[in-house]
Amino acid sequence: MSVLRLESIYKSYGDTPVLRGIDLEVAAHEVIAVIGASGSGKSTLLRTINLLESIDDGQIWLGEQDISDPRTKPDAVRARIGFVFQHLNLFPHLSVLDNVTLALRHVLRVPAATASERGLALLDRIGLADKAQEFPDRLSGGQQQRAAIVRAIATTPELLLLDEITSALDPELVGEVLELVRELGAEGTTIIMATHEMAFARDVASRVVFLDNGVIAEQGTPAQVFGSPQNARTKEFLARFTA
Amino acid sequence: MTNETARQPSSIELDRRAFRRRQSTRSVLLSIGSTLIFALLVVLTLSVLPGWPRVRDSFFDLGTAAEAWPRVAQGFLLNLRVLLYSVVTVSIFGMALALLRTLRSPVLFPLRALATGYTDLFRGTPLIVVLYIVGFGIPGLQGSQGVIIPTEVLGTIAITLTYSAYVSEVLRAGIESVHPSQRLAARSLGLSHGQSMRIVVIPQAIRKVSPALMNDFVSMQKDVGLISILGAVDAVRGAGIVVSQTYNYTPYVLAGLLFVLLAIPTIRLTDWFTARQRKREQMGSIV
Repeated sequence: MSVLRLESIYKSYGDTPVLRGIDLEVAAHEVIAVIGASGSGKSTLLRTINLLESIDDGQIWLGEQDISDPRTKPDAVRARIGFVFQHLNLFPHLSVLDNVTLALRHVLRVPAATASERGLALLDRIGLADKAQEFPDRLSGGQQQRAAIVRAIATTPELLLLDEITSALDPELVGEVLELVRELGAEGTTIIMATHEMAFARDVASRVVFLDNGVIAEQGTPAQVFGSPQNARTKEFLARFTA
Repeated sequence: MTNETARQPSSIELDRRAFRRRQSTRSVLLSIGSTLIFALLVVLTLSVLPGWPRVRDSFFDLGTAAEAWPRVAQGFLLNLRVLLYSVVTVSIFGMALALLRTLRSPVLFPLRALATGYTDLFRGTPLIVVLYIVGFGIPGLQGSQGVIIPTEVLGTIAITLTYSAYVSEVLRAGIESVHPSQRLAARSLGLSHGQSMRIVVIPQAIRKVSPALMNDFVSMQKDVGLISILGAVDAVRGAGIVVSQTYNYTPYVLAGLLFVLLAIPTIRLTDWFTARQRKREQMGSIV
């Protein structure tokens, strides 16, 4: 049973087409790296899955449910999907712990004590337990992104979407964030990540999807896509990274 | 941290600290000196003016002040009551208006337009006119018979009508200044629109606009003095009664002083509160 199934998704901003017929099926425990140039539609794709963007045509299935149906309650869908943005994820007026437990308390209505316990366990896991009462601005960029990731998985979502989560970080902070993603993938979390970290995609992804101009130009295992790309656009794109 | 404290500062740093200490002692002395000179100049100027003794006697007479005190203080309690009620009603009504104006759904256009029209109208109308219309218009609706509506209620209504318009604009500016990604992040966690507003957007908005909100609050504190035109014996009217008996204006000064004393703690409190928030939630910086 697939966790997510996209069927010919179309989306344009005004006259500019962004997604032009995307078909993608994601099985449980897959880690999918979506690569492609800026403007190829990576972020839009992730946002449509989380219903932060409406689509113009096609169907999105989350498990058994067609979430592109307008009768779907977006809040309920989003509660089942974790999402981490490029930056400005955390709420600056709430402590790190309150950030992590927010969805537990207000969406899943978990009692405060239980939520706190789970939040602290998650923070402990990423080595930030001593920062639980600090405010996000006091954390480094890497710490903030790791806190944002554990906030997204606090509710044990069916699917985790990561939208270029290391793009706004200093190079030396990228590693610690990617390490956490690697661990989550190894534990069986189903992940779709838009990324520019080719080495990481090659290492960790079970499948690489190359998005070009709103369509999936090529996909396959990292070995296939990075080792022997078939599509001319893929070769061209990857050449820019190896050069 | 322990290493930091154990380490002896370098001689250069010690020099710098000594210099900074000298500088701050110097600036304190300078400011005391200049304040004294300024005060002396004011006193000298006043004593030279031919009419000063008469003005002093009719505006700053301690005896009259003591005589007026019970009336003015009693009246001031009325102002405080109206202020207290108004703070609550203005907060609720102002927030409701601000939220109405941030709604984007086309179905709610009439409500949004109404809220816009309301803020335009009441920010444009002088409070004193609103006070007259509410203070004499609402009781007038009952015809020749009817109950007497307390001035507290009428004053609160008038002040709420005017100040909600101001406060809603300030709050709206605050809500719109919160980065859209914050709302996006909140929604992506599964929070509803209302929850996102309540838990994420509004707390940040209020932090951003708290100086402006306090400005409106202080302004409201003194505008509750205008309810005297409705005939109620508040601090200003109480002072006026004594003035008409003694032909001495000191009671007005006394009433004014009470309003100033009311405002100062609020102003200091907000300054302290915003400073604390900033310190807690943001990285420190010298600029």
